[in-house]
Amino acid sequence: MSGAAWLVPVLPAASALVIMALGRKMPGGGAEIGILSLVVSFLLAVGVAIEVFGANVGATTAGEGTAFVHTAAFQLAPIGEGAAIDAGIRVDGLTAMMFLLVTFVSLMVHIYSLGYMHGEERFTWYYAVLSLFTAAMLLLSIADNLMLLLIGWELVGVCSFLLIGFWWESKHNSDAAIKAFLTTKSGDVGLMVGVVALFGQFRTFNIADIFAMVDEGVQAGGAPLSEGLLSFALIALILGVVGKSAQFPLHTWLPDAMAGPTPVSALIHAATMVTAGVFLVARLYPLYSATPAAQATLAVIGAITLLAAGLLALVQEDIKKVLAYSTVSQLGYMVAALGFSYTAGIFHLFTHGFFKALLFLGAGSIIHAAHSNNMRDMGGLAKVMPRTFGTFLVGTLALMAVPPLAGFWSKDEILVEAAAAGGYTGSLVLVLGAIGGLITVFYMTRLLYLVFAGEFRGHGHPHESPPSMTVPLLALAVPSALIGLANLPVAAFQPYAFSAWTMHSLEYWQTHPIEFNLPVAAVAVALAAAGFVAGRALYRSQPLDADDPMRKLGPATRVLEERYFLDHLWTDLITRYIVRDTAGPVAVAVNDRFIDRIVYWVGAGTGRFGQRLYDIFDQKGIDGALHAVATGTWWTTARVRLAQSGNVQLYAGAMLAGVVVLAVVFAAG
Amino acid sequence: MTVPDVMMLFVTVLGGTAALLVVTSRNVVHSALYLVVALLAVAGAFLTLGAEFVAWAQVLVYVGAVVVLLLFGLMLTRAPIGPMAQGNELGRALPLAVSIALFAVLVTLIFQSFSGTTISLTHVSPAALGEVLYVAFALPFMALGLLLTLALIGAVVIARREEGEGPLPEPDEEPSDAAALREPTPSDVSTVPGRPAPSGEREVSA
Amino acid sequence: MEAVYPLTFAALLFSIGAYGLLSRRNAVLVLMSLELMLAAVTINLVTFGAIAGDGLLTGQVFALFVMAIGAAEIGVGIAIILLIYRNRASVNIDDADLMRY
Repeated sequence: MSGAAWLVPVLPAASALVIMALGRKMPGGGAEIGILSLVVSFLLAVGVAIEVFGANVGATTAGEGTAFVHTAAFQLAPIGEGAAIDAGIRVDGLTAMMFLLVTFVSLMVHIYSLGYMHGEERFTWYYAVLSLFTAAMLLLSIADNLMLLLIGWELVGVCSFLLIGFWWESKHNSDAAIKAFLTTKSGDVGLMVGVVALFGQFRTFNIADIFAMVDEGVQAGGAPLSEGLLSFALIALILGVVGKSAQFPLHTWLPDAMAGPTPVSALIHAATMVTAGVFLVARLYPLYSATPAAQATLAVIGAITLLAAGLLALVQEDIKKVLAYSTVSQLGYMVAALGFSYTAGIFHLFTHGFFKALLFLGAGSIIHAAHSNNMRDMGGLAKVMPRTFGTFLVGTLALMAVPPLAGFWSKDEILVEAAAAGGYTGSLVLVLGAIGGLITVFYMTRLLYLVFAGEFRGHGHPHESPPSMTVPLLALAVPSALIGLANLPVAAFQPYAFSAWTMHSLEYWQTHPIEFNLPVAAVAVALAAAGFVAGRALYRSQPLDADDPMRKLGPATRVLEERYFLDHLWTDLITRYIVRDTAGPVAVAVNDRFIDRIVYWVGAGTGRFGQRLYDIFDQKGIDGALHAVATGTWWTTARVRLAQSGNVQLYAGAMLAGVVVLAVVFAAG
Repeated sequence: MTVPDVMMLFVTVLGGTAALLVVTSRNVVHSALYLVVALLAVAGAFLTLGAEFVAWAQVLVYVGAVVVLLLFGLMLTRAPIGPMAQGNELGRALPLAVSIALFAVLVTLIFQSFSGTTISLTHVSPAALGEVLYVAFALPFMALGLLLTLALIGAVVIARREEGEGPLPEPDEEPSDAAALREPTPSDVSTVPGRPAPSGEREVSA
Repeated sequence: MEAVYPLTFAALLFSIGAYGLLSRRNAVLVLMSLELMLAAVTINLVTFGAIAGDGLLTGQVFALFVMAIGAAEIGVGIAIILLIYRNRASVNIDDADLMRY
């Protein structure tokens, strides 16, 4: 099947083109093409997964052999010195896992959108971009060289821009799209630097070649490997990961990305886009595992992110924003896990993909019924939307890491690995990860009670969503509940488990066994229980907004509501949007009490200093100099601007004259 | 002086004179007609060089189609058909200096590089050219076809009048008095008449 | 034949075209001057092709390509001139200077 693996990304890409060209003429507006192509892609992905699984299990049970890799390539463009950019595929366990996750979640989103986007004006365009988005993510997963991976990476960025700004008639939405694009793009600068640095070191973009060279401890030309240069490149790559996977402090784009349609949020947050960064690290894991500095960076960034984002989720009122910050937090877990263990990181990616897609699609169903994003307008929905409630509950429990649902096994594995790694970074991730688990349970309990318990507080009569929306929910609930068992930490099962399926080398699999640590698991479960009890106590009876205990924390609430003021930093620094509505009292207070005073002192000091200067220097001297500067500027610009006369003939004449002069110079020289 | 040499001299004189008249004639329609003569001289040069098919293509495409298109352009824009004021903001000295310098440099370089080089005037039949064009250059040829189609569509899109757009405006009576038109009014600049500003347009203060 | 004869003819046409390009006001006349310059280029291509004498007749083939592209350029150029005329009631090329300082 891996021979046909290239079809997996090609089919959605082709369907995107077909939908764009013919979609409007189709009875289903093009949706049927997208769904059909994804069904085929999904079946192919299953085939690839089975093949990889069979090969890898053969290796792990026998204890010898290599991890499955299928590659094929043709040259796209030569770039000199024997190097070339290839269009090559690399199918291994990681690719198979991403294929399965992306095609399945995307298929569910495609089906779900039939109901959710029904009657939308740009329905066809939506499906075209959705298919292209999926294709870009699949291309990223299958690329065998960094250039192709980068192409997929940027395509993902463009598609996310188009989808987040899907309802671009509202300025708020298009701002969010631009913000997402620019924020991830600023991280991509680091990515570009990293890719070029890797190329400079190894003179190839091919991932397998780079692995082979690192294995032998050499770089281009057979020189011994420079660890410092490699660390630099890998840490530069992490910058790209921080942008794309919404790590602290570049996570600010992700909650705003909620401006897009909810199924898009599910796709962005579960299967595509944000997982791209985590995937990149996993793809290059043989390099990262050889570079302690880069691993430590990952662990610290992830640990900070998982806690910071979890705290932010506490004060959100928009149901999608709660889930958005929860995604950032879970991505923090993944990145932190990659600081210690390959399997732990991607296993959490895998399980999280399913249950977060479920949660977002469930939230979409709720929003569809309540006609509002705000949890103040919800409540009592458990009775009217039994199927949504049931599936949402499964997803929530999985996110809360309740055994034996999916999230428990993957999150537990992260904590176990962190505990086993020890040291500063290990302890940091262990402690923050455990606290993060408690916070996760707390905010999800809050969400459950606000949305489903009590009486309905919104307008109208909510009703269950159509089958096109509930069937994907049911389909996603199954893996959300059970997929964690795929990597059961039992020694006898491990040769047949997720870790064997996705291993990048047999040696790594043998030296990094997946283990179960009862004390860690017990503490995690106890903390989760504590979080649930606290959440239940606070929100069981009085879920109304004014009494929300999360809003009575004084300054802490403010800090969280202002999202640590990062938005002000980034927006003023990078995108220059002045978010007036969110400039809260704390900002004003800080402004009045500190900045104003500093400005006043500076101003007063300058005034005194100026008085001195006035006394010392002749007033005319300074005045004269200023006037000279002003007049000089005026005079110069008045001449310089003549060059920009807008007269094309003047431009053409200048160009031809320049050509003549150059020809004479070259002929004479 | 062989026969081809004489022919080449003839078309050079003819084409050069006609080209000079194209760029100096005060009557725009005369200019277009002199352009026909100049392009025919170029076709003659192709024939002399043995490029038979290129010569006929030149006659068909340029003399036949392009000049007609240019004449349409002149009429649709209601350019003053009669004598018109010559010269633009650049005046005449600068263009003259630039083009004379250009000619001098070109001729110098040509004689430096190619004096003594002779060319064989083998006649290339259209059949031989067609074989090359459709076999070796098949892909660029198709790309060219695509380009022409796109240019056609693009030209239609650009020049099409939107619904509700009024008739062509009257030309200003005094073509030389362009000062009144120099400062565009805001409405001139911001909107194309009859075409609503796209609703998605927004300020991006990035 | 000496290669310099057709090349000189081409240089002459090119320079005259350049003069027209720089000195005429009417945008349609500017386009005509551009055509003269393009014709000069095709003469050069055919001449160089004859000098090289390659079996693929590259010079003549590219002369044909230049012609086709020139035709496309004229089509789009006339369309743009019509649009400018419609908006500004003028085809004087130095009136179309929105992009100035």
